[in-house]
Amino acid sequence: MHVPTMAEMMANGEQPEVLFWVGCAGSFDQRAQKITKAFVTILDKLQIKYAILGKEEMCTGDPARRAGNEFMFQMMAYQNIQILNGYSIKKIVTACPHCFNIFKNEYPALGGNYEVIHHANFLQQLIDEGKINLKEGGSFKGKKITYHDSCYLGRANNIYEAPRKVLEAMDVELVEMKRCKSNGLCCGAGGAQMFKEEENGTVRINIERSDEALETGASVIASACPFCNTMLTDGVKNREKEEEVKVLDIAELVAASMQ
Amino acid sequence: MNYFQQAAFLLLSAFAIWLFAKNINQIKKNILLGRAKDISGNSAARWKNVLLLAFGQKKMFRNPLVALLHFVVYIGFVIINIEVLEIVLDGILGTHRLFLPVLGGLYSFLINSFEILAAGVIVACAIFLVRRNIIKLKRFISKDLDGWPRSDANYILFTEIILMSLFLTMNAADRALQLQGALHYADSGNFIVSGNLASLFGELSTSTLIAVERGCWWLHIIGIFAFLNYLPYSKHLHILLAFPNAYYARLEPMGEMENMKNVQNEVLYMMQPELAPAVSDATTPVKFGAKDANDLSWKSLLDAYSCTECGRCSTACPANKTGKLLSPRKIMMDTRDRIHEIGKNIKANGGTFKPDGKTLVNDYITTEELRACTSCNACVQECPVSINPLDIIFELRRSLVMEDSNAPQEWNAMFSNIENNFAPWKLSPDDRDGWVRELS
Repeated sequence: MHVPTMAEMMANGEQPEVLFWVGCAGSFDQRAQKITKAFVTILDKLQIKYAILGKEEMCTGDPARRAGNEFMFQMMAYQNIQILNGYSIKKIVTACPHCFNIFKNEYPALGGNYEVIHHANFLQQLIDEGKINLKEGGSFKGKKITYHDSCYLGRANNIYEAPRKVLEAMDVELVEMKRCKSNGLCCGAGGAQMFKEEENGTVRINIERSDEALETGASVIASACPFCNTMLTDGVKNREKEEEVKVLDIAELVAASMQ
Repeated sequence: MNYFQQAAFLLLSAFAIWLFAKNINQIKKNILLGRAKDISGNSAARWKNVLLLAFGQKKMFRNPLVALLHFVVYIGFVIINIEVLEIVLDGILGTHRLFLPVLGGLYSFLINSFEILAAGVIVACAIFLVRRNIIKLKRFISKDLDGWPRSDANYILFTEIILMSLFLTMNAADRALQLQGALHYADSGNFIVSGNLASLFGELSTSTLIAVERGCWWLHIIGIFAFLNYLPYSKHLHILLAFPNAYYARLEPMGEMENMKNVQNEVLYMMQPELAPAVSDATTPVKFGAKDANDLSWKSLLDAYSCTECGRCSTACPANKTGKLLSPRKIMMDTRDRIHEIGKNIKANGGTFKPDGKTLVNDYITTEELRACTSCNACVQECPVSINPLDIIFELRRSLVMEDSNAPQEWNAMFSNIENNFAPWKLSPDDRDGWVRELS
């Protein structure tokens, strides 16, 4: 499979329909790389004209901004916008809710105006348009699956239904946790917590949340954020349930269910 | 006698209203100590928020049973104030039940509704007292509320019960007097609650009943004026500030963080020096983020005064739930306490702030609390009166990091990784597309 870069496309005088923004987690984190690979597999199968920035992609500045380092954020935003505008990018899809939020809500004030779509909505649209053909009696049919809302998709941007519709399209048995949608409990990674030790407390947030997910009796915990995925995977491991319960991204579930 | 009562009433009302206006004005001054921030435009959406969130209490209904009880108290408060209008006019004009002859049948309908609500308010407040003091719900026994805040809540509930009881007793004595054919007590018919209580007073003499009726009338109105003047000292101020706070609530998606134009420009001039203004207008040093309460925007301070310390934010907070120090409710209470103190300091020192060696960060809110936040917006989502604790947390974090270079070591490493490797981890930018090579 060939993954086209913007530089290549530019050299061939081509423009992609959509830029796939991989994000730092999707690029470097071994677990999140699997999500990235699943997503490009879908793009490739559907022959969608996409490209990545490759080595030219940089951190959006989200963790720096949330930690309070506005200078670092502004520097990263400036550089990214230069590159994106240089390539005349119009539409961006990303599998990371943090990248999605910052592109959609915060880059416009700095001169970065793009149509931004999270892969949950992107996949839902492809399913609705009948472009994604799912296997009859697919791998997850009838399986008990619970969905964990990412804060930066859910409360931050009101996206609750799209990922659930993607799951329902696979004929899974969707079970909700006690706290879901706008009541959803954070995985513990947001606000730059991913990059530091948790403050002192009685229990780790990711363990609190994965316990809630395990209580549903689901065999798959679905997520739509690479950071939530890491946190919940660690939580499930902590309870030694990693054999019975998998934490999977919706893109991985779709890729595995496609014909 | 009557003229004396009228004069006493006028004096009392004038004093109560003057004192209230004076205290509210001080609170307004304190709020305006905050950083200027333009919150305007889209008034249709803003009025919709006032209707849905403030008048309709939409977010309270996330917990329907409690919302219903609260709604009874709220409607009781608003509606029964229509009756207070009659009480005030009676007081000024020396009349009794001024509206009775004018409104006729409508009058008994109105008073009946007020009485049902008054009884409802008593029941609801009693249940609230039980929830706070006997069932001891977690958010009410939290250490956030130790001391004055816990008493404050109970005083409010007791006062409401007393005021409503006085109103009903007054009507019951009134009815008993009517049945005895006392002078000045025109027949208004039986009201739904007090009508049943009136028989309890049947044995009492006319003069005793008049004393009870007048006593309740005076205590009720004195109670209302006292309660009005209690508001500026109490969390109960939310009954007023919830409305402007809903109007000025953020309309942007919750995930959007406020841009810092000054930092944006500095970075721009650094990257493209040709754009920098020839003469720097930066004569006054710029502060980054907020170190003290008056560095916060006026909206954050309005938030602080609107907080009724219900604790829904802290119950929903993932950090608080897992035993971290952070409590969004405490962030709001600390902010209000600090801006109140700054306001007092300025007043005592003839209009200028005399440094007291304290700041909101460190002396009120610790770095440990600020660092526990996951920016998940659960607190913002929960708040029934449109408060945004996250705005304050972010502003304080900005000051810690940019003014004091005070960040945990791991964050400093993350910053330098982003700067040098363009990713929060210490991994080479050349490997960013390494995953491509692993694809089949």
